[in-house]
Amino acid sequence: MVALFYILIAIAIAAGIWQLTSIFKLKDVVASDRDNNIQGTLFAVFGVFFYIGMIYCLIKYNVYLLPESASVEGEHYDNLYMITMGLILFVQFVVQFLIFFFTYKYRGSKDRKALFYADSHKLELIWTVTPAVVLTVLIMYGLYTWNNVMDVSDVEDPLIVEVYAKQFSWEARYAGNNNTLGRANVRNIKGINTMGVDMTDPNAADDIPVRELHLPKGRKVIFKFRSQDVIHSAYMPHFRAQMNCVPGMVTQFAFTPKLTTEEMRADAKTIAKVEGINKIRKENGEDPYEFDYLLLCNKICGSSHYNMQMKIVVEEEADFNKWLSTQKTMSELIK
Amino acid sequence: MSDHHKETFITKYVFSYDHKMISKQFLVTGIFMGIIGVFMSMLFRLQIAWPEQSFGLIEAFLGKHQEGGVMSPDMYLALVTIHGTIMVFFVLTAGLSGTFSNLLIPLQIGARDMASGFMNMLSYWLFFLSSIIMVISLFVEAGPAAAGWTIYPPLSALPQAMGGSGMGMTLWLVSMAIFIASSLIGSLNYIVTVLNLRTKGMKMTRLPLTIWAFFITAIIGVVSFPVLLSAALLLIFDRSFGTSFYLSDIFIQGEVLHYEGGSPVLFEHLFWFLGHPEVYIVLLPALGITSEIIATNSRKPIFGYRAMIGSILAIAFLSTIVWGHHMFVSGMNPFLGSVFTFTTLLIAIPSAVKAFNYITTLWKGNLQMNPAMLFSIGLVSTFVSGGLTGLVLGDSALDINVHDTYFVIAHFHLVMGVSAILGMFAGVYHWFPKMYGRMMNKSLGYVHFWGTLIAAYGVFFPMHFLGLAGLPRRYYTNTAFPLFDDLADVNVIITCFAIFGGIVQIVFLANFFISIYRGKKAEQNPWKSNTLEWTTPVEHIHGNWPGEIPEVTRWAYDYSKPGYDEDFVPQNVPLKPGEEES
Repeated sequence: MVALFYILIAIAIAAGIWQLTSIFKLKDVVASDRDNNIQGTLFAVFGVFFYIGMIYCLIKYNVYLLPESASVEGEHYDNLYMITMGLILFVQFVVQFLIFFFTYKYRGSKDRKALFYADSHKLELIWTVTPAVVLTVLIMYGLYTWNNVMDVSDVEDPLIVEVYAKQFSWEARYAGNNNTLGRANVRNIKGINTMGVDMTDPNAADDIPVRELHLPKGRKVIFKFRSQDVIHSAYMPHFRAQMNCVPGMVTQFAFTPKLTTEEMRADAKTIAKVEGINKIRKENGEDPYEFDYLLLCNKICGSSHYNMQMKIVVEEEADFNKWLSTQKTMSELIK
Repeated sequence: MSDHHKETFITKYVFSYDHKMISKQFLVTGIFMGIIGVFMSMLFRLQIAWPEQSFGLIEAFLGKHQEGGVMSPDMYLALVTIHGTIMVFFVLTAGLSGTFSNLLIPLQIGARDMASGFMNMLSYWLFFLSSIIMVISLFVEAGPAAAGWTIYPPLSALPQAMGGSGMGMTLWLVSMAIFIASSLIGSLNYIVTVLNLRTKGMKMTRLPLTIWAFFITAIIGVVSFPVLLSAALLLIFDRSFGTSFYLSDIFIQGEVLHYEGGSPVLFEHLFWFLGHPEVYIVLLPALGITSEIIATNSRKPIFGYRAMIGSILAIAFLSTIVWGHHMFVSGMNPFLGSVFTFTTLLIAIPSAVKAFNYITTLWKGNLQMNPAMLFSIGLVSTFVSGGLTGLVLGDSALDINVHDTYFVIAHFHLVMGVSAILGMFAGVYHWFPKMYGRMMNKSLGYVHFWGTLIAAYGVFFPMHFLGLAGLPRRYYTNTAFPLFDDLADVNVIITCFAIFGGIVQIVFLANFFISIYRGKKAEQNPWKSNTLEWTTPVEHIHGNWPGEIPEVTRWAYDYSKPGYDEDFVPQNVPLKPGEEES
């Protein structure tokens, strides 16, 4: 019934517009000089508001953006990002100006004739070569950064951590004293062996399963990702890190944590963001929020995709080792 | 062809062979699907802005599934999935390309009809059938397909993984398989028609840019759509016959499934082999339409005609070798990521050429601000705004942190969604007199344009910042993360603009349907345009021209040519003695 009500409203609106059309004079169809003037001017006005809007967003929303990278590898990311964004904004501001300004300036008039100007190889060469040169630089720096992040072939003494995804939670497993993960397959999942670790593999005994991720500052961490059901994506935005977790295969990503959780909490940008959030939470009568690194799921994975998270704690290496030694190994858990 | 056989209501309006009627059928079906798609986006925007609140509107339309008018997570995912599917395929592929390729290819190249009228009719009716199936899938008990429009398995393959992956997904796949058949039949017809049925003098280098765009679009479609069909078929096998193309080592709901050896990454490759060219299947026709409309309404030749063709060809070629930029973090070999970064960023060059050529066409023009022109200028603006952020997403290193966030949503909605929709509107306003023999109202067109442009930027510009703040897409609510609490206000603003933008479309619908019946009768060439479609009579006849098909002697862009009193010279006007062809 209510649906019918909305449809009736829609019909009423349509009828209203039908009436309006007679006021708008349906006979009026091709743009006159008056229209050219009005619409050309509106483009100029819109252009001004568009620039105000863009600048407003850039200033006002800056506080919402992520703070500086919490990983060493992310520094290149942030540099490349700044360069690319600078370029994008420069081109956007120039080109949009040209569009709106030309539209305003050359709005039609009966007394004028357009310039017959069909081609200019010189101009075309300029706007083919200029982007080509700029892009070459971007591609080179981009590929350098990409290889820097993705190549883990010559890392000395990395920490190996498996991140394990399932609908709708995360688990993790440290490789233990021998720094080698035991084999695993979903066919071994049984009872508390929720990650399907193969206990016949000698490397598995010292593996340490956990529900909260701790990482040591300054040591390269190589993550091995697995999923037991559908594709998930391990997204750690503060570290500029993301990799899909794909059932049936192991994917990997690596970074070196640079700032401990405590250090990030003391970061000026983080403080500003947290203050903003807590102001809103106070108005809504919610508990205050304290900053923590997070692992989020960033690939649609089902109903509770929106709430699939795990806390990450970055701490000094000594604290990390102390924490890890308090966790039970696989062999202690599965007797 | 020109001999008039007796037409019944059925052969004229339903199972018509006439390309002009088929084009109208595509348009009206596309508009109908567009209404559904846009309305869905308004429903899920309500949920994003005011999560888990009760809305009478939601209860009214989603009924029993959403007791109390609070949207469930599954329904939210279903809405975003079907919104994407409908807008990308049903509105912007069939609705846009189907409408204007059918209308303009025979009319602008000087042909009496498409190469095969029967195949053309078949193409429409398959599209109609697939639309019907897609709409029916919305009413399935466990819910429509909800795994995102990209339907990555295993989520889409396993009914245990989510409700929508049962009957809803089956219907989705069936609907898309039929849709692909429709698209292929249509595309083959377009290609053959352009190659074989051009009138005397219509060399390829005299074709209007619209035809170039439709022609190349059809080729991209023929190259890439079959791959999606095979991807869908293999998914149907995995779902129904127990094969393991995409599935391996799965433990779900307490049991191990038998699948072994398959890879979801294979599906991603196959899907995006179509998925990325699809962007250009959507966008190129809109750009072609824009080229024609900007030239006509600037009263100026399109700047760099040959460079425009070159850039269409370059974009088409590159579009088939960049699909991997959707998969930088899928787990594929990082070296592949490097290759796809390289090819992807190259697309910026022909795109920049197109944008600058449009702007130079405006320069020193005599701009006639018809509604179609406004929409075309709007397209250039959103194409630039959206295209530039491609530099971030196409760069594998930078993609890592914005992949699958709202930054992506902002980027592709501006560059292909909004741009293509603006192009489609431009085309409707411009060729409405050719379709219906009447004119649309200008003032309502202006209201529609400004409302749409303001809403488009209001929705999608702030959205970039959500993505840069790390907010993932396809989240039912952001309240599970206090980290995102400060973004709530931005989402409210976006939703307000979205609802405003949706309501403004009522102005268009009213203008469109009223003008069909009450619009002012059109003149033969209302926009003083050069192309051949304006040499046909206003009243539609089978075979398009009552007598001989006109012969073409020049390109389509002799606007304001020195030596002529009028500021346009139609393509069939012979060259003056000593006049050089441009």
